[in-house]
Amino acid sequence: MAPKMSMAAAINAALRDAMAADDAVVVFGEDVGPLGGVFRVTDGLTRDFGEGRCFDTPLAEAGIVGMAVGMAMNGMRPVVEMQFDAFAFPAFEQITSHVAKTANRTRGRVRLPLVIRIPYAGGIGGVEHHCDSSEAYYAHTPGLTVLAPATNADAYGLLRAAIEYPDPVVFLEPKKLYFAKEEVDVAAEVPPIGRAVVRRAGRDATLIAYGPSVPPALAAAEQAAVEGRDVGVVDLRSIVPFDDETVCAEVRSTGRAVVVAEAPGFASVASEIAARVTERCFHHLEAPVHRVTGFDVPYPAPKLERHFLPGVDRILDAVDELQWQDAA
Amino acid sequence: MRLLGHDGEPTGSAPLPAPDVLLDGYRRLVAARRLNEQAQALVRQGRLAVYPSSRGQEACQVACAAVLEERDWLFPTYRDTAAIVARGVDPVEVLTMLRGDWHCGYDPRERRTAPQATPLATQLLHAVGVGHAARLRGEDTVVMALCGDGATSEGDFHEACNFAAVFAAPVVFFVQNNKYAISVPLARQSVAPSLAAKADGYGMPGVLVDGNDLPAVTRVLAEAVARARSGDGPTLVEADTYRMDAHTNADDATRYRTEDEVTGWGERDPLTRVRTYLTGAGVLDETGEREITAASEDMAAQVRRGLAVEAPVDPDELFAHVYATPTPQLTSQRASLRAELEDEDS
Ligand SMILES: Cc1ncc(C[n+]2csc(CCOP(=O)(O)OP(=O)(O)O)c2C)c(N)n1
Ligand SMILES: [Mg+2]
Repeated sequence: MAPKMSMAAAINAALRDAMAADDAVVVFGEDVGPLGGVFRVTDGLTRDFGEGRCFDTPLAEAGIVGMAVGMAMNGMRPVVEMQFDAFAFPAFEQITSHVAKTANRTRGRVRLPLVIRIPYAGGIGGVEHHCDSSEAYYAHTPGLTVLAPATNADAYGLLRAAIEYPDPVVFLEPKKLYFAKEEVDVAAEVPPIGRAVVRRAGRDATLIAYGPSVPPALAAAEQAAVEGRDVGVVDLRSIVPFDDETVCAEVRSTGRAVVVAEAPGFASVASEIAARVTERCFHHLEAPVHRVTGFDVPYPAPKLERHFLPGVDRILDAVDELQWQDAA
Repeated sequence: MRLLGHDGEPTGSAPLPAPDVLLDGYRRLVAARRLNEQAQALVRQGRLAVYPSSRGQEACQVACAAVLEERDWLFPTYRDTAAIVARGVDPVEVLTMLRGDWHCGYDPRERRTAPQATPLATQLLHAVGVGHAARLRGEDTVVMALCGDGATSEGDFHEACNFAAVFAAPVVFFVQNNKYAISVPLARQSVAPSLAAKADGYGMPGVLVDGNDLPAVTRVLAEAVARARSGDGPTLVEADTYRMDAHTNADDATRYRTEDEVTGWGERDPLTRVRTYLTGAGVLDETGEREITAASEDMAAQVRRGLAVEAPVDPDELFAHVYATPTPQLTSQRASLRAELEDEDS
């Protein structure tokens, strides 16, 4: 049996193993050095690999990402941390205008093998700016690869894959999953980027989720089973590239789909998924694809958070609305 | 710049304020300290989710509010609860943010105090905007813009200083250099001779002041305010101070600084030196001290009472303020949440 570790520890292990495997891998950001990051994800890296390999920078996100671009141009594989989702926004120009576009601008002559790690999304009772779901901005920007693990094993494997990837990766770490322990086999094969995984097979309907929304989707499927419906769950893992094949195969087999995501639903990744599935699976669908997402409001203060987050009940309600009365 | 030494002895570099003025300042220092301690206690009791304490920085907190007129504006950060309270905002209203009720618990217009900024240095540009608008409108408003040492590394800090200087905006940039940005020491932010020295590059005056010396901070800030008010543009003031507590209760400061360092700064406490001076000058005796303590205890009790009552939060509010007129989508989302909650109740 593989050892149990938290997602924070799994990411720490992935960073360590990548740093040990390749001297070009360097980690930097705010408080990632002696403190080990505000979530302790980089705990001990400076101590064990030295200040040259894991270091604190001046407090400036555009600076961190901009410098990573230059370092990636010059033979390194930077893995940078944005302290919280909303604190990546000062780096938005660097990310959208340079990280995303440099390879294309240079006809592939300058690729940027860098990773931007972002503790991401809500469910932790955080104050404003500490709980944003920002994946749509990145997914909408051609040139960025966007990953969001939902399990500790994927957090390890996908981060290893991301660091080895030739192109820049935005790596979204669901904060609310940081501390629960699960088995992680670090010797397991590194999962391919761009492949979703069926977490739970189901015959009646398919829930499509990623990152922090996978656990509530699984819990809803569990509850649905009690109520007599066999609901499956697909965990995207990779938002970009998008795995049409796995997602559509599942939806075609059930004919019903609900997309679950924490971000506000308007112009969201969930909308993209619903559109793609509808275009590709229309003749297999028994009902329109539903979305269960956050409301189209700024992320609420802690006391109102529970009303915002897509929970089991809302997911089950959406499943109930999939026009079962029309079924043969 | 220093007016009172650590030992409470006047340095003589400029005259001290009149004793009754200083005594009033001391009263405010004690209240600010008590507020910091009370808020920390409320975190321990689970009444507040988090509190970024300004213990050790009270002279800065008190002074930056004291030098402003009612018509001026204050742009504080998450660290500056005590300054906001010193400005006259109800402490219970300020702290409800940290209790998790809403993002800003007070009406910014009531005391001309902007919401506490969390994204670092971003508010400095807003401060410049308020100041520039005041000039265009012919008002003599001054804007006090607060940030920490770490925030000076952000691009927005540079842009704000430059804009303010170019437009001669009536802004005082007040950097509380408390030596750390969470765990990252000042040396990792800047190798400039001082943060105040950066002012040169923008073409504005920069002043370095002992941030634990109430009369000195007050004097320097008052001069900067006067300068801004008279149309001579912005000033960058750096206060040399220290964050005595961890970054927040969620932080473990033993990971990055020594107990000795903290103790050393404890000996430069901003309250002690004013008390020593006032006592020596015969302005403060035991009765006076008791009176001041009692007043701060009253305030603390009021904060405790205010936060003991759980104010109900209204889920409808999620949708109420996003736009002046809610979009049709928000209206329907509000309806569906209401229906959901009615189901829950029944
Ligand atoms: C743009 C941005 N990046 C990161 C953070 C996370 N963060 C919150 S406080 C802090 C340290 C700030 O240090 P400083 O400016 O010195 O102020 P202090 O907390 O010491 O008062 C950091 C990194 C943030 N709030 N905003
Ligand atoms: Mg600081």
